[in-house]
Amino acid sequence: MTALLTATAEHLAMTAAGVAVATVVGLLFGMLIARHRALATPVLTIADIIQTIPSLALLALLMVAFGLGDNTVIIGLSLYSLLPIIRNTYTGLNSVSPAVREAARGMGMSGTQSLRMVELPLALPMILSGVRIAFVTALGTAVIGVLIGSGGLGYIIYRGIQSLSWSMIIEGTIPVVLLSLLVQYGVEALQKLSKRRRKRHV
Amino acid sequence: MNFIEYLRSDWPAVLNALGEHVRISLVSVGIAIVIAVPLAILLTRHTRPARIVLAVAGVIQTIPGLVMMGIGLLLFGLGRLPAIIVLAAYGLLPILQNTYTGIHEVDSLYTEAARGIGMTGAQILLHVEMPIALPAVMSGIRMSLVYTISWATLAALIGAGGLGDFIWTGLSSYDTNQILAGAIPASLLAIAAGALLDVIQRIVTPRGLKKRKGASA
Repeated sequence: MTALLTATAEHLAMTAAGVAVATVVGLLFGMLIARHRALATPVLTIADIIQTIPSLALLALLMVAFGLGDNTVIIGLSLYSLLPIIRNTYTGLNSVSPAVREAARGMGMSGTQSLRMVELPLALPMILSGVRIAFVTALGTAVIGVLIGSGGLGYIIYRGIQSLSWSMIIEGTIPVVLLSLLVQYGVEALQKLSKRRRKRHV
Repeated sequence: MNFIEYLRSDWPAVLNALGEHVRISLVSVGIAIVIAVPLAILLTRHTRPARIVLAVAGVIQTIPGLVMMGIGLLLFGLGRLPAIIVLAAYGLLPILQNTYTGIHEVDSLYTEAARGIGMTGAQILLHVEMPIALPAVMSGIRMSLVYTISWATLAALIGAGGLGDFIWTGLSSYDTNQILAGAIPASLLAIAAGALLDVIQRIVTPRGLKKRKGASA
């Protein structure tokens, strides 16, 4: 039981690290292409191509470049998570009505202030939804990390497959599924909360 | 031996694996379409069981691909057929969801107008609902195809063959050339398939419905 808990914690930590890196990078790129629309198509296309690469192929290629271990998996997970976060940040910022943006400017806010205090908060539910999609996908992808030497639940699952053991496969899978559902519904609840707050303020 | 030399000597094997990979993926997605589209249409006619089926499909989708391969191995053993069964079963979920949502979200304005001019239920489905839902269906098929090409590399573990064989052998023997010989063609294949389906989707979208890509909520 403790081995399972350790593996679950490892799995969650690896996934969270990957998604956290992707969130920072994705937010920056999302804000960039919302300001400079001409960059939107190339940036989104590149992120889309990265996400299209089969997960096993991407991790194997990264292993050739960066070697075995958790860090390589984290790099892979963050690359995978970029698309939903960039796309949703971009769409969220774009859907802020120009009237609101102009009102912020009219109050004397600078571009950065308007972005930080008005536009990003309004885009938050959309951004959260991107993070949610990225997180759920990454939880599943992290399982493959075992093949390039990372720990986590993939280790239990892979050993289960190798020893043809139903119980080990199920033991490794249940935490992945539960974590996915938890993230799914947890973030949806957060989204509702941030939408409600928005309504109260506006 | 560097990668170029490796490819020069082993390209027939790589090409052969690529062909195998394409065949496995197309057969699996073909089976998925044949099952998922009629099932989705049926579900739009019975919305109460539809909710349950879609909720279950959502949960199944959170099961990692490697686990699905393990389950396939335990249930059906090693080989190409078990791999195709797993790939088709997993690949039908996005098609099912998108077809259901696509048809379900057709504005009742259109279906009522169609009924008003005397169309039967089957005619409405064929001439009104399906064309309007087609872009959504196609985007489900695109997702399914790209995922299936990806999971097919995992399916090499249970004997599917294809490009995954190179990656698995390469990973277990730390043979960089084999890893590259599997991973690069598999990546290019997935990217090409995605691009091709994007084009097809644009072609099949009814002229009145062309719209820009939105974000996924």
